[in-house]
Amino acid sequence: MNAAKVREKIAFTILGLITLLIVLPIILTILYVVKNGAGSVTWEFISQEPRHGMREGGIFPAIIGTIVLIIGTMLFSLPLGILSAIYLVEYAKDNLFTRLIKLSVVNLSGIPSIVYGLFGFTLFVVFLNFGTSILAGSLTLAIMSLPVIITATKEALESVPFTYREISLSLGATKWQTIRYCVLPYSIPGILTGTVLSLSRAAGETAPILFTVAAFYLPRLPHSVFDQVMALPYHLYVISTQVPNMPARLSFATGLVLIGLVFLMNLVSIILRAHYRKKKQW
Amino acid sequence: MVAEVVIKTVNLKCAFGEVTSLTNLNIEIYANEILGIIGPSNSGKTTFLRALNRLNYLNTSYRQIGEIIFEGRDIEELSDSVLRKKIGIIFALPQVLPISIFHNVAYGPKIHGVRDKAAVAEMVEKALKKAYLWDEVKDRLDMSAMRLSGGQQQRLCIARTLAVEPDVILYDEPCSGLDPISTAKVEDAMRELKKDYTQILVTNNTKQAARVSERCGFFLMGDLVEIEETETMFTNPKDKRTDDYITGRFG
Repeated sequence: MNAAKVREKIAFTILGLITLLIVLPIILTILYVVKNGAGSVTWEFISQEPRHGMREGGIFPAIIGTIVLIIGTMLFSLPLGILSAIYLVEYAKDNLFTRLIKLSVVNLSGIPSIVYGLFGFTLFVVFLNFGTSILAGSLTLAIMSLPVIITATKEALESVPFTYREISLSLGATKWQTIRYCVLPYSIPGILTGTVLSLSRAAGETAPILFTVAAFYLPRLPHSVFDQVMALPYHLYVISTQVPNMPARLSFATGLVLIGLVFLMNLVSIILRAHYRKKKQW
Repeated sequence: MVAEVVIKTVNLKCAFGEVTSLTNLNIEIYANEILGIIGPSNSGKTTFLRALNRLNYLNTSYRQIGEIIFEGRDIEELSDSVLRKKIGIIFALPQVLPISIFHNVAYGPKIHGVRDKAAVAEMVEKALKKAYLWDEVKDRLDMSAMRLSGGQQQRLCIARTLAVEPDVILYDEPCSGLDPISTAKVEDAMRELKKDYTQILVTNNTKQAARVSERCGFFLMGDLVEIEETETMFTNPKDKRTDDYITGRFG
């Protein structure tokens, strides 16, 4: 082997090790959570309400709470995020106003989640008088997830070749028809990725729901959007820090369920993406 | 016989930002003719073509003054959608959508509101036949159009344009990426289409213009230098610059 080959080999090895270093913490975290929690994730744990100061029973209301919040978040952030990205990419002229919006979107993604929590509390809970409720919590999470959805959608739309638009317009399609039939279908995989990424994050956030929706202990299901709910991340925080003599295995089990939920969302998006890729061949 | 004028431009000036593409164009295009447009790069050929169905406006820096009269009306009176349905264009490189052969052709009729599936299928078949592609693809209409050869793709583009039933077809160097055999097939299709359509062929290949067109215009730096019966232009051009270009002394 000559010197160049050896150097290349060393470089590849180092790069490989660095990559491994990134994967390692993820794998270790998951393994650790699985090892400590898997034994406690029983059907009873998933399907029952907490009992005896949450030291026994299950986490059913928190699971339902988190699912409701994800759906609520999606309902607000998906249309808003995708439509504003379409506006920014396809309609907006490049002027000061547009640049200001784009800058705001980028900056929004850098705001700490607790600030979103405070903002949601003052705007939705207090000012709009929604109270501590699913509505207020979903809206807060939606605002938090908007920047990622907008950015991902923007990039997905921009990656569709200009010629597709030109073909469609040259055949007499209107601008909206062009977007609807010639741009959106090709950007759906990218939009899905961004959306799920952003919703997964929303599902795991504690700070934004802390003052806006999360209940400390509410062993029943919500009746309306103005109800409070328990949510997995907040429940995890509560049982890990606020309840004395809490068996640690329950915290790990709760964490595992949350990870499982997020994983499930990713799985759905992977299946949907594969479905769309099969339909449209680039 | 007095030929019917389909398109007429009156003092047409086009510019992209500060760069003038066409200085002052007056040209008439007759029904059912194939008008060849030749000239070196940057002579305004493509700008002229894309002005006719307002595709130039996709570039936001585009400005235009003067009139374009289509079938007796100023095109400004027509919506983009109506105008582009009537004046279709074939681009330089075969531009197919990454969907099936069928759906590429069906796209036009669908956006123009043809809902009935049988009607769409019939239009697709008719268009593919007119573009001389039907026999090659009739058994695999569900195949991705991306897997066709370049020449087939370009004829698919012609079929796609035909499917919206235009009156005029513009070709923007349609054979620049094709081999001679594919080129011949595209040219055959054009000759056959003469019966029903008015066609304008912009080409860098002067021989192609000589082969296919009946009249020919020579553009140079934004001016229409000469427009003539093709035979006359290629045997006895009036302008010395035309002669120089055709005989290959420049460009």
